[in-house]
Amino acid sequence: MIAVIGSGIVGSLIAREINKYIEDVFIFEARNGIGTGVTKGNSGIIHGGYDDTPGSLRAELCYKGNKLYDEISQELSVEVKRVGSHVVALNEEELKAIDELEERAIQNGVQEYEILDKTELLEMEPNLNSDALKSFYCPIAGVTEPWEVAMQASRSLEINGGKVLKNKKLVEVKKKDNKFELLFEDGSSYIADLVINVAGLYADEVAKFFGDEVPYIFPVKGEYYLLGKNIKYANSVIFPTPSKLTKGCLVVPTVDGGFLAGPTAHGVKSKQDFSTTQEGLLEVREKSLRLVPTLDFSRNVVKAFAGLRPETREKDFHIDVGEGNVIHVSGIRSPGLTAAPAIARYVVEYLIQEKLHINLQKRENYLTHIEKVPHLVERDYDYWGRVIQEDPEAGEMICYCNKITKKEIKEAIKSGARTLDDVKFATRASFGECQGSFCTPKILKIISEETGLKPEEVLQNEEGSWIINSEVRMI
Amino acid sequence: MKYETDVVVLGGGGGGMAAAKAADKNGANVILIEREEENGGVLNQCIHNGFGIHYYRKDLTGPEFKETLQEELEHTNVKVLNSAFVLDVNKDKQLTFVNHKGIHEIKTKALVMATGARERHFNSLAVPGDRVAGIFTAGVAQKYINLQNLKPANSALIVGSGDIGLIMARRLHLEGIEVKGVVEILPYPGGLERNVQQCLRDYNIPLYLSHTVTRVEGNKRLGKVYVSQVDENRQIIPNTEKIFNVDSLVTSVGLIPLTDPIKFVETAPGFITSNTNQTSEDWIFAAGNCTVVFDLVDYVSREGEKAGKYAALYAQNQYFPEQKVKVIKGKNINVLHPMYIDPNERTKLYLRVSKTFKRAEVTVEPLGIKMVEEEARPSEMIEISMKPFKDKNLKEIEVSARELG
Ligand SMILES: Cc1cc2nc3c(=O)[nH]c(=O)nc-3n(C[C@H](O)[C@H](O)[C@H](O)COP(=O)(O)OP(=O)(O)OC[C@H]3O[C@@H](n4cnc5c(N)ncnc54)[C@H](O)[C@@H]3O)c2cc1C
Ligand SMILES: Cc1cc2nc3c(=O)[nH]c(=O)nc-3n(C[C@H](O)[C@H](O)[C@H](O)COP(=O)(O)OP(=O)(O)OC[C@H]3O[C@@H](n4cnc5c(N)ncnc54)[C@H](O)[C@@H]3O)c2cc1C
Repeated sequence: MIAVIGSGIVGSLIAREINKYIEDVFIFEARNGIGTGVTKGNSGIIHGGYDDTPGSLRAELCYKGNKLYDEISQELSVEVKRVGSHVVALNEEELKAIDELEERAIQNGVQEYEILDKTELLEMEPNLNSDALKSFYCPIAGVTEPWEVAMQASRSLEINGGKVLKNKKLVEVKKKDNKFELLFEDGSSYIADLVINVAGLYADEVAKFFGDEVPYIFPVKGEYYLLGKNIKYANSVIFPTPSKLTKGCLVVPTVDGGFLAGPTAHGVKSKQDFSTTQEGLLEVREKSLRLVPTLDFSRNVVKAFAGLRPETREKDFHIDVGEGNVIHVSGIRSPGLTAAPAIARYVVEYLIQEKLHINLQKRENYLTHIEKVPHLVERDYDYWGRVIQEDPEAGEMICYCNKITKKEIKEAIKSGARTLDDVKFATRASFGECQGSFCTPKILKIISEETGLKPEEVLQNEEGSWIINSEVRMI
Repeated sequence: MKYETDVVVLGGGGGGMAAAKAADKNGANVILIEREEENGGVLNQCIHNGFGIHYYRKDLTGPEFKETLQEELEHTNVKVLNSAFVLDVNKDKQLTFVNHKGIHEIKTKALVMATGARERHFNSLAVPGDRVAGIFTAGVAQKYINLQNLKPANSALIVGSGDIGLIMARRLHLEGIEVKGVVEILPYPGGLERNVQQCLRDYNIPLYLSHTVTRVEGNKRLGKVYVSQVDENRQIIPNTEKIFNVDSLVTSVGLIPLTDPIKFVETAPGFITSNTNQTSEDWIFAAGNCTVVFDLVDYVSREGEKAGKYAALYAQNQYFPEQKVKVIKGKNINVLHPMYIDPNERTKLYLRVSKTFKRAEVTVEPLGIKMVEEEARPSEMIEISMKPFKDKNLKEIEVSARELG
């Protein structure tokens, strides 16, 4: 058995890649949802690959990963919108940065870029700060929903004979001959022939279970605002010129039509500190307004959130074999989700086959393409009408903002959703403007009816995030 | 299935039911569409009294008000479609809706939008802190407690002292949930004095005026809420922080008119209408909380009736306004409804002042209308009745308020 520790975008794509050769692949995930770690709170950008330090593993895998997203999008039926990106210079000083980016792009072998002058730029992005002088435009940059990629990749794994186990936190590893015994917090254990550690923020700690040392990981927080869909602020991803530390505060059109502003970059103590802060949110407002002055933070905010970057002092991915048949995929900071499909290939083709000398043969019965049950509202009315003929619940609207029907919610539950967040990430129900004010009580009821869980047992997400305390009174 | 009718009413709350009733009475064929299994809208979950004092001259609960309207509706020829969600309205006067039988089309001559409002969510305030379970709107709390018999809290803090917040404070308290206070950013309560007495003081629930939530904290479920005092510019005053140990934060921080699925009509942010409830698209009328948020269902139902009546007349080619006078928000006016007046018809003007007045004089110029209001506050709607004024040269009128010394 091959074990992948962590169901983030990187882990699930690696598991899927291995599964193309070997059926017996397990994903073990500590939390009770897929892609709910670093993969959940980020900018969702598929970067162009032009700005990573030339010669780094990041640079090598980012550009390749970007290219692979066409395939990923098709095969996993996930949305990838190549909206393009602009790095915008607002003054003379910043013009230098544009030249530097061009140089880097050349060194990184990225040809898909253009330097746009003010007129061209403002034609494409009329809401931009009119001080803008120039932009480094990269048409292959895009956006996606990273957790959706992770969820679809794990579905693909299950369809092809693999297993995805949630609530499996690895706490100890014992070496047995050439194998590993993996011990989980819930008391269960599994024997694996090969283990891939893709534990995100915790990859350094997990490496220690195997007696290996990888670069120390520290969390760097990024705070965001999510803005509503009713105002169109930008057509593409808008970056400021980068600093040494970060790509700065951006304005990003999301896949489903909203906008992100952020992130900040501040080191924090705890890997569990996903809180937003007053200073952070203020910083986002100030910096992003400098790029797009029309951003409406007083009336158009849907919510604020934060994500944590798994940073290392080396500032590069550390992907290598450890003692025995274990591979550590660690330090997967930005652009990790862009690079993810390329990391998956790197692990299988280079580390497993060449470095570990494990000979792999492609499976014949492997199903490459998987469907995503598309939201009914995205299909044409004829199709939707036919679905309703077969299942009347496909005509019963539960989430009014994002238009998700009872059938879709029940299907998510059939494929394993147990919490409100599971349903939210699987279907987008309660993800809209009203943030669940209309539908959460209904969704809770459906989960309870379908699973036999009492309302008190239905959680928002993790253990402890209860919704209902008890009945109001006995009836 | 394909339907054809004179008037479609979209939304079966207090506004929509009244509209359907009136459109029927004015001789139109009417279809009422409601996405919930039952009509009533927000009335269904408001089991407290205080509904219908003007409209029915009786003090009813929300469900009682709804039942009364529902019975009246059953004595008409209105066709009611429940559990039906409208997906599209297009400019060719065609609607598409979905229900458990399929996707259907309706061709109509006029439309009344009565889609109500949604609650503004705490998330949109972007208060710093942890993202935890236990923060929900008053409406969600009402649904759990009043409709599903589920208790979503042990101890709670309430944000927002509008009538909804006040009423929920009492409701939670009566159901054995410890309510540690109501926090209000304004220097005065948002709701009626009557409700402050009956919902808070009677039960010793503290009201924190000029206070706001600055941070929420918890491990998976809410644990602590940080509250600070604010100055007159709503800036936080340092060293005034209080910490509340609660597992729930119930929010009632405003309603936002719902105008979906229509995109081609003037909004601000609700539908802008005339005194006959006509929108910028002459076959579309609108009433109730999807125009502006009303204090009372009585106003909503009255507006609904008006919308239904004129929509029916329009559908039967009996209503063509020749002239529309613009109504301008003058000094100290925050909310004004309607924004246009057909001077041949009577007008009910609703407004909210933008600050508190001991004694306010509200004027409508150049019509020379003057009205004195004692203790005018933004949270209480002021109503002005106006007769038709057939003045061909008048292009606009202006409403303003000033303090009387
Ligand atoms: C603010 C921010 C912005 C970013 N923006 C971008 C961007 O725009 N574009 C881009 O390409 N990249 C971006 N990134 C980077 C990108 O998000 C990450 O590189 C990527 O999501 C990492 O995925 P992962 O699978 O390695 O980690 P994760 O998603 O964290 O997955 C690791 C999983 O392992 C599980 N796990 C941990 N310990 C254990 C254990 N002991 N046992 C079992 N399971 C365990 C965790 O629960 C988690 O689900 C950004 C990151 C941040 C934080
Ligand atoms: C908690 C609370 C307490 C209140 N207390 C009082 C009080 O004591 N006294 C008083 O007089 N008033 C009170 N009010 C105010 C009053 O009840 C409301 O203003 C009034 O009922 C609103 O009516 P409406 O028809 O505009 O909206 P709603 O009641 O919201 O009705 C709108 C209807 O439209 C439907 N709809 C929307 N979109 C679609 C679509 N696309 N397809 C199909 N259907 C759709 C909705 O499902 C809903 O049923 C209270 C309100 C609240 C929220």
